[in-house]
Amino acid sequence: MDRKHLKYTLTWALLITMLFVLIELLTVFDIIGQYGITTIVLIGINLIAAVGLNLVIGMSGQFSLGHAGFMAIGAYATALMTTALPSIYGFILSLLVGGLISGLVALAVGIPTLRLRGDYLAIATLGVSEIIRIIIINMKITRGPAGIFGIPAFVNWQMVFVLSVIVIIIVVNFVRSTSGQAIIAVRDNDIAAESLGINTTKYKVMAFVAGAILAAIAGGLRASFIQSVSPQDYTFMQSITILIIVVLGGIGSISGTVVTAIILGVLDVILQNFGTLRMVIYALVLIIVMIFRPKGLLGTTEFSLQKLLFDSGGSHDHNDSKNARS
Amino acid sequence: MTTTILKTHDLSIKFGGVTAVDCVNIEAHDNELIGLIGPNGAGKTTLFNLLTGVYQPTHGTVSLFNGEKLAQVNHVSAYKRAQLGIARTFQNIRLFKTRTVIENVLIAMTNQTAAKTIHAIFRTPSFYQHEAKKRQHAMALLDIFNMAHVADELASNLPYGQQRRLEIVRALATNPKILFLDEPAAGMNPQETAALTALIKQIQQQFQLTIILIEHDMNLVMTVSQRVYVLEYGKILATGTPTEIQQNPAVIKAYLGDDMP
Amino acid sequence: MSNIIQQLINGIILGSVYALLALGYTMVYGIIKLINFAHGDVYMLGAYFGYFFIQVLHLNFFIALVLSMAVSALLGMLIEFVAYRPLRHSPRIAVLISALGVSFLLENGMSYFYGSDKKAFPQAIRTIQYHIGSLQISNIQLLIISTAITLMILLTIIVQKTKMGRAMRAVSADQEAAILMGIDVNRTISFTFAIGSALAAAGGVLIGLYYNNIDPLMGMTPGIKAFVAAVLGGIGLIPGAALGGWLIGILETMTQAIGLSDYKDAVVYAILIIILLFKPTGILGKNKREKV
Repeated sequence: MDRKHLKYTLTWALLITMLFVLIELLTVFDIIGQYGITTIVLIGINLIAAVGLNLVIGMSGQFSLGHAGFMAIGAYATALMTTALPSIYGFILSLLVGGLISGLVALAVGIPTLRLRGDYLAIATLGVSEIIRIIIINMKITRGPAGIFGIPAFVNWQMVFVLSVIVIIIVVNFVRSTSGQAIIAVRDNDIAAESLGINTTKYKVMAFVAGAILAAIAGGLRASFIQSVSPQDYTFMQSITILIIVVLGGIGSISGTVVTAIILGVLDVILQNFGTLRMVIYALVLIIVMIFRPKGLLGTTEFSLQKLLFDSGGSHDHNDSKNARS
Repeated sequence: MTTTILKTHDLSIKFGGVTAVDCVNIEAHDNELIGLIGPNGAGKTTLFNLLTGVYQPTHGTVSLFNGEKLAQVNHVSAYKRAQLGIARTFQNIRLFKTRTVIENVLIAMTNQTAAKTIHAIFRTPSFYQHEAKKRQHAMALLDIFNMAHVADELASNLPYGQQRRLEIVRALATNPKILFLDEPAAGMNPQETAALTALIKQIQQQFQLTIILIEHDMNLVMTVSQRVYVLEYGKILATGTPTEIQQNPAVIKAYLGDDMP
Repeated sequence: MSNIIQQLINGIILGSVYALLALGYTMVYGIIKLINFAHGDVYMLGAYFGYFFIQVLHLNFFIALVLSMAVSALLGMLIEFVAYRPLRHSPRIAVLISALGVSFLLENGMSYFYGSDKKAFPQAIRTIQYHIGSLQISNIQLLIISTAITLMILLTIIVQKTKMGRAMRAVSADQEAAILMGIDVNRTISFTFAIGSALAAAGGVLIGLYYNNIDPLMGMTPGIKAFVAAVLGGIGLIPGAALGGWLIGILETMTQAIGLSDYKDAVVYAILIIILLFKPTGILGKNKREKV
């Protein structure tokens, strides 16, 4: 079994390295240009935020509309700390601090509100996110509605690429851990989970906090990459942007989130040429995809190399190949 | 000498103006198999929900044996009571339908010897060892119930009778001291019910636990139970051995009405 | 003191518009459990229809109001038919995303065709200020509140007394059972969207007249506020929506009056969260317990 896992892990590593080298070559020979690199970075950042939201919405089944608030915390943490401490260590520290503050806020907010169900939770999280934004607008240190400019740039596409890969690996493995499985159990049937000794609140809060930390990291990366933050960047619409990636990909499918983040990123590039019509086309795409694929592009299935390459139809390792979720 | 491991004192709950469970005093001893019967709407499931912590009583207490003495658990939530050794099945089956049979059982082992999340994230050898051990245990349990061959089926694809049995396996996987079975034979055909009857006896002997059982199939209840409680309008109407209950005039009247010759 | 009463009056006026919008949210939610994110944009379109009827066709304000409500009702039915009906048996979140799509479509479609800048709403009715002591109230404000109350009474009559209203209540109580009782569910849902959209349009036209200008994004913020109002009152409940709308209008103007205008939205959300924590289904909502 261990040899099989090794083979499987190595194949993945090889594929990811190949993708990395491919992008490197494209940039070295200037085939995709600065605009292409920007697109890759933004895809990676959206991906990290969306994987975090999928943990909350897909895995734990809690409908959150407040992801933007947690991204804002990370973005401002990085903006403020790297301005004061303009070094790569300051930047890394700012990501950690942003994640920590965001996680603590999520903990404080999550414990009381995660008792709420469905749409009530959605509106409460939306409220929390807006409150975070309004506080940022009104604080002196965050420089109010104008935001902060001239943030030192530490983010390049290589860093975002590697971080995205790490985040995906951690989240996928977390989902398959005992805690991850408990989170899904709570989503599927909270009363049954409770009857088995699973502390439903603990696991809901765990997923919520993990999602908030990832959102903050995404926010921090974005602040440093675009070198500015403003409260306008983190409105309800930002939460919706991330939500759309999760739902279009398929709720609960990490592969779906990855695929959709990339598709939407590329679509954005194509639509640039359409000027004002861009959002109209985007809106139509949303409606049409939902009508024809109401469970998202990938539904609940996960892409599995093991199934694709190693599965001969006989015995297979259950965890990796059979990961169908609701 | 047997130990009392569960005891209630004047346990009551009101929903609006209706007293669904009214001053119920029951007790259960270790390794006892107790039947709980009564007409529809008598409050049997509500009593289960009070004992397992799904509902909070409006009056009275529930006490559980904690290894030394009976301790009141009124304010102990359902998941903590489960950790204290209470497990249950549900009248309206509550499996994790999108998960496989074995995953349902594995989830029930959440609180036992789990590999630390950090090991899972970094896929350490310890994670694989733990996983293998848990799977082995889960398969062994499924095997007792002749369900090992369906371990990788989705729970929702099982026939009804097997779904009920899976709920029992899942409950047992938590290592309970008391097992509450809420109408385990509901919807089963006579053959399945007969097999279940044998199985319940087997579980109780093999796992050395107390079973409290709600069931409408009188044959099953009277065969397996050592003692029976009869509930009517939220109150305990009678208690005794199956034979005593079958001869109790009040019980006969409750079940068959006044017009018996 | 008089300042507080003045703010209370302003709050009630603003709240009337939120209430009109919240009613649509709550009816749609009650019947198909959808947070209809496009609702705020129907309100925006309603204002544009009103603008068209008054500015281009030179119609009387009240005729324009009624026509705008009628056209918006048709639009609401069309939106439901195209974007929500095909998803009747899909996961709820899919319908939600479809609603967001409709919202983007309406906002950006209007920007694309009519420009994203503000348009001056014609002064179809000349503003007259009335003074009572130190308080002042305009004829437009009186018009807003009386129209809102009239429409709410009409709505109550429709829901309580008509056959369609009974069908609406039946479908929102139990869709399966309603089908068995011979109720045409699709028609009922369509009707619900028509009514909700007409109310939103009325709100849009009144606000256009009150603030003198309209733009394609004018529905976004009031849309969210109205949704908050519906949840605050107890989503799915018609009296709850009215109550929630007025409460939020009053809360907003009151926080402004005590000098916290920068935090007015934060206060609204904070109060919403606190109320939900104590009453998880809103002020008038009933807690349903799941049968175990």
